[in-house]
Amino acid sequence: MASQEIEALSAALARLPGLGPRSARRAVLWLVKRRETALVQLLDALAAVRETLVECQTCGNVDTQNPCGICADPRRDRRQLCVVEDVADLWALDRARLFAGQYHVLGGRLSALEGVRPEDLSIPALLARVEQGGVDEVVLAMNATLEGQTTAHYLAERLEAFPVRITQLAHGLPVGGELDYLDEGTLAQALRARRPIS
Amino acid sequence: MALDRITLTRFRNHADTRLDDTAQFNLLVGENGAGKTNILEALSLFAPGRGLRRATLVEMAGQDTGGGFAVSARLDRADGNDPVQLGTGATPDAPARRQAQVNGAACPAIRLGEWLAISWLTPAMDRLFADSAGARRRYMDRLALALDPAHARHAARYENALRERNRLLSGDQDPDPQWMDSIEAQMAEAGAALALGRAMLIDRLNGELAQLPDAPFARPVLTYQPGGPRDAAGLGREMRRQRARDRSAQRSLTGPHRDELAVTMLGNGQPAAACSTGEQKAMLIAITLAHAALAAGDRPGMLLLDEVAAHLDPIRRAALFDRLRQGRAQVWLTGTELPPFADIAAEAAVWHIAKGHAERC
Ligand SMILES: Nc1ncnc2c1ncn2[C@@H]1O[C@H](COP(=O)(O)OP(=O)(O)OP(=O)(O)O)[C@@H](O)[C@H]1O
Ligand SMILES: [Mg+2]
Ligand SMILES: [Zn+2]
Repeated sequence: MASQEIEALSAALARLPGLGPRSARRAVLWLVKRRETALVQLLDALAAVRETLVECQTCGNVDTQNPCGICADPRRDRRQLCVVEDVADLWALDRARLFAGQYHVLGGRLSALEGVRPEDLSIPALLARVEQGGVDEVVLAMNATLEGQTTAHYLAERLEAFPVRITQLAHGLPVGGELDYLDEGTLAQALRARRPIS
Repeated sequence: MALDRITLTRFRNHADTRLDDTAQFNLLVGENGAGKTNILEALSLFAPGRGLRRATLVEMAGQDTGGGFAVSARLDRADGNDPVQLGTGATPDAPARRQAQVNGAACPAIRLGEWLAISWLTPAMDRLFADSAGARRRYMDRLALALDPAHARHAARYENALRERNRLLSGDQDPDPQWMDSIEAQMAEAGAALALGRAMLIDRLNGELAQLPDAPFARPVLTYQPGGPRDAAGLGREMRRQRARDRSAQRSLTGPHRDELAVTMLGNGQPAAACSTGEQKAMLIAITLAHAALAAGDRPGMLLLDEVAAHLDPIRRAALFDRLRQGRAQVWLTGTELPPFADIAAEAAVWHIAKGHAERC
């Protein structure tokens, strides 16, 4: 039986996506053995993130500044707006510099079963951004899951009234797939072949 | 074109069972609880999916063995090609993860299905005609999936969308109309694909069944009865039109989740549910064989027939063996005693099964 502190750390790590109790315990052991090096680095990195991270009030991205680096970047094309479900999707698309425009993070997707309703997503902010003008194209980059595609369809209906082109990722992608798990080549292809939503 | 050198390791009550020198007809004979169906189940794992009991991998591992199991076999091919070594199972450290191997190299389990087509008929399916419509829809989907792997995806997506729509219909607030539009758009698309897969299956089965002689087997006629418009546009329109009705029912009353498969006996037009036990069994066998022929295409086929001889009279039994003999598929049959199989005993490979062991007779 490990000490209470070790157990607490294991339990905290085990809650991370992709980790389980076993890999968490392995990570703790690894850190304990490197308490002066890796553990200190991890502590500093965590503390820095905790102190500086903010949610961008414009797009919902998470960054160390508000507006975030993407929203503040003057080289970004303001006429193109890419709507994603989660910050992870924004990062997946932006990691490869696949998209030159700006983003909007919904903060989830519609799911009646999980109780996520339209009012739980940042839809009014999206509509306000489009209403302000200057946006020519809204790319709905939802996941290919049922909930993702339902959300895309819903947003397309809500955006119908505005004079913007509404496009959708070309999800010839494995159906049920989530953007986060796609390789850059596939993502780039889906973005390049985007098509008007039906 | 057949499986040979079959090994079951820690699979249910088979600690270590080996079946060598197989033939076109393979008989597993033994008393109740000996482990005959378990062998068929092990063989069914060479097809994609959960096998003929739809059990979990954990349930399949031998009790009190520490978890994990393995099933392996050699697939001999007629066309002068080298045999292929197939293996599948789970390991004790990941007892819920299906592993598969072709010629010693790991591969996704779905790839095993590229090598041979497996169909089965078990006593659990005897209730099919008396069972709920849902059981018959699942039956159609299982058969359709063997013809088109994408069918499973359409079925899962439709099911998922249906649950979403039903949740909105049964909520306290009136459903958000634009949200309903969006779910119905997904439902219409997946539902039309699902209905098409089922309709095509039934068409092709009827085509195959029409080539059979009228006697001595009762010949079934299958009718696909759609639970809503079969095209995406029509289904979408109908769901929208019926929203008020569905709201008061608190669930969706139109769509392929209301499909029905009607089966009647050719000649007297008797609904299958009203036919005798033996007649029902004969019709099930006819459907199974027709489907096996469709699903096999140019792959070697394998038929797993659990206790099929039991309900058949000697004339129909002989006719069944004749048909099987003409087919190309390797056939596995089980029974509690040998006499019903007298017609094929000479040419068959026969094993006596007892307490999880197989002994060649
Ligand atoms: N995971 C398991 N580990 C060990 N034994 C098991 C496991 N699962 C099932 N069994 C046992 O395997 C035995 C044989 O089952 P099986 O269904 O193959 O019998 P059978 O020969 O087909 O009998 P019947 O003629 O009654 O159909 C049963 O007694 C059952 O309890
Ligand atoms: Mg049995
Ligand atoms: Zn931003």
